[in-house]
Amino acid sequence: MPTTLTAFADVTTSDSALRRFLHGLPGVDAVGLEARAASLGTRSIKTTAKAYAIDLAISMIDLTTLEGADTPGKVRALSAKAVHPDPTDRTTPMTAAVCVYPDMVATAKAALNGADVKVASVATAFPAGRAALPVKLADTRDAVAAGADEIDMVIDRGAFLAGRYLETYELIKAVKEACARPDGSAARLKVIFETGELSTYDNIRRASWIGMLAGADFIKTSTGKVGVNATPANTLLMLEAVRDFKAQTGIQIGVKPAGGIRTTKDAIKFLVLVNETVGEDWLSNTWFRFGASSLLNDLLMQRQKLSTGRYSGPDYVTVD
Amino acid sequence: MSESSVRLNVFKTYKLYVGGKFPRSESGRVYEVSDSKGKWLANAPLSSRKDARDAVVAARKAFGGWAAATAYNRGQILYRIAEMLEGRREQFVREVGDAEGLSKSKAAAVVDAAIDRWVWYAGWTDKIGQIAGGANPVAGPFFNLSTPEPTGVVTVVAPQDSSFLGLVSVIAPVIATGNTVVVIASEKAPLPALSLGEVLATSDLPGGVVNILSGKAAEMGPHLASHQDVNAIDLAGADPALAKELEIAAADNLKRVLRPQPVDDWSADPGTSRMTAFLETKTVWHPTGSLGAGGSSY
Repeated sequence: MPTTLTAFADVTTSDSALRRFLHGLPGVDAVGLEARAASLGTRSIKTTAKAYAIDLAISMIDLTTLEGADTPGKVRALSAKAVHPDPTDRTTPMTAAVCVYPDMVATAKAALNGADVKVASVATAFPAGRAALPVKLADTRDAVAAGADEIDMVIDRGAFLAGRYLETYELIKAVKEACARPDGSAARLKVIFETGELSTYDNIRRASWIGMLAGADFIKTSTGKVGVNATPANTLLMLEAVRDFKAQTGIQIGVKPAGGIRTTKDAIKFLVLVNETVGEDWLSNTWFRFGASSLLNDLLMQRQKLSTGRYSGPDYVTVD
Repeated sequence: MSESSVRLNVFKTYKLYVGGKFPRSESGRVYEVSDSKGKWLANAPLSSRKDARDAVVAARKAFGGWAAATAYNRGQILYRIAEMLEGRREQFVREVGDAEGLSKSKAAAVVDAAIDRWVWYAGWTDKIGQIAGGANPVAGPFFNLSTPEPTGVVTVVAPQDSSFLGLVSVIAPVIATGNTVVVIASEKAPLPALSLGEVLATSDLPGGVVNILSGKAAEMGPHLASHQDVNAIDLAGADPALAKELEIAAADNLKRVLRPQPVDDWSADPGTSRMTAFLETKTVWHPTGSLGAGGSSY
């Protein structure tokens, strides 16, 4: 544990201490939070600022395919798209990563062929997280061994909602250890809370703190597999959590909203949230990501509109 | 004076018809529409290029379902539009009379012709395939069948003078064959077109198949003509200078362009040319096996 975390060393010594700490966090003003998120969504971003935002958003995408029907061919196509999102315009930036199931990591890694695009793998019995701990750890180690640069784990929402906070904490810690590679480096760990299943904003704040205390490199809203995914409000809440955590410990943690972000307009709203909440430090793909698939096509169409002056259409981007 | 005798007029807010909904212009702008004698009638939305963009998105979204609907079903729906129009005949007679300065009887004749035009095209939906397609004789053991398919999203600059019959005469043939349409109504007389939106919305026509914009063709036209997701453009109501500009802009993604054609009398028999202008031909080769001694295996 880094020395800066010693201030919080005693809160994770027992379940009751952790509960005391989490329930001692200030309650979330739900109305205020949503109003703040909505007001930040009204900014009008145009011309050169829009062009910058579009390129930044493209470079922040974890291009995702998490379907039962994923084939090696689809993963290869997705990887090619991550490297050259718009083959007609080579100035288009690469996406940050491709995000796949663990068994597709090797395929993606080979398809990327050394390009500067990371391979992220979901793990720990994604998306439900309903498996025994050894299975989850084996799942993680498999993905790391196959070459994953980043691991997207899910927390055990059942344990969290039942109030077994320490169990949730220990799970994240154990997965973090499983991310280590033999050479001493480690895959970056993103912790998915599935905010749509946590019911309250207070729970999202508590889960964020558990994740950060346990050593997450990123905290991520959702799997994209439930009804409510990333919203401006829950992302704003998590941004506030990483801002507070950095103020108290000096440790910077990334944020990844995932699921339901489909349009350029939405993506730019999230970038405004980042800039206004945690500032420019987070405005790079090291610290902020979008978990998305269809978003990229909309960004590319907007990019084409800006560069040519003509409205583009879905015939001019890939079908995936 | 008794209270009941003082009644304020209730004016209608004319709105666009896009994606099955009735939005105001995204820009919030309106312009004054007056009758043929210059008397103010109402304010109509002055659509912006973003309204046009939204309309194309709506039209694209509706295209798959509309093109896949059976010709029979499309015919029923077009006939239903005629039925609904018949019920609001009085309103349209008044609006067309105001817009075009026609007497009541002449306006009624125009509205009747427009209603009949829907019925005409309703009949054509399941017959155009036989006229524009067919079985082709080929020198080999194949069935060779050509069928007409809709072109896609079609932008129409509606005729400027015939605000209602002209409008119906240009949009009905486009949607009869399974295309979806974004139409820019007559600039100086958009009210009958905007009211037609209310009829379409209650005629089982899926939202987005017809999208009606009011405003300046010169403002929206170039954006629609250069739009990469629009497949064809009908320049019926564009003046020669605008038509030339739009045709050039449309060349970039090889849109089908229907140039403006002089029409003296919109009530004349329209023929099938407006339908066939927005059809693509799909040809399928199907093997039949070896030919028998008689030269045919079927």
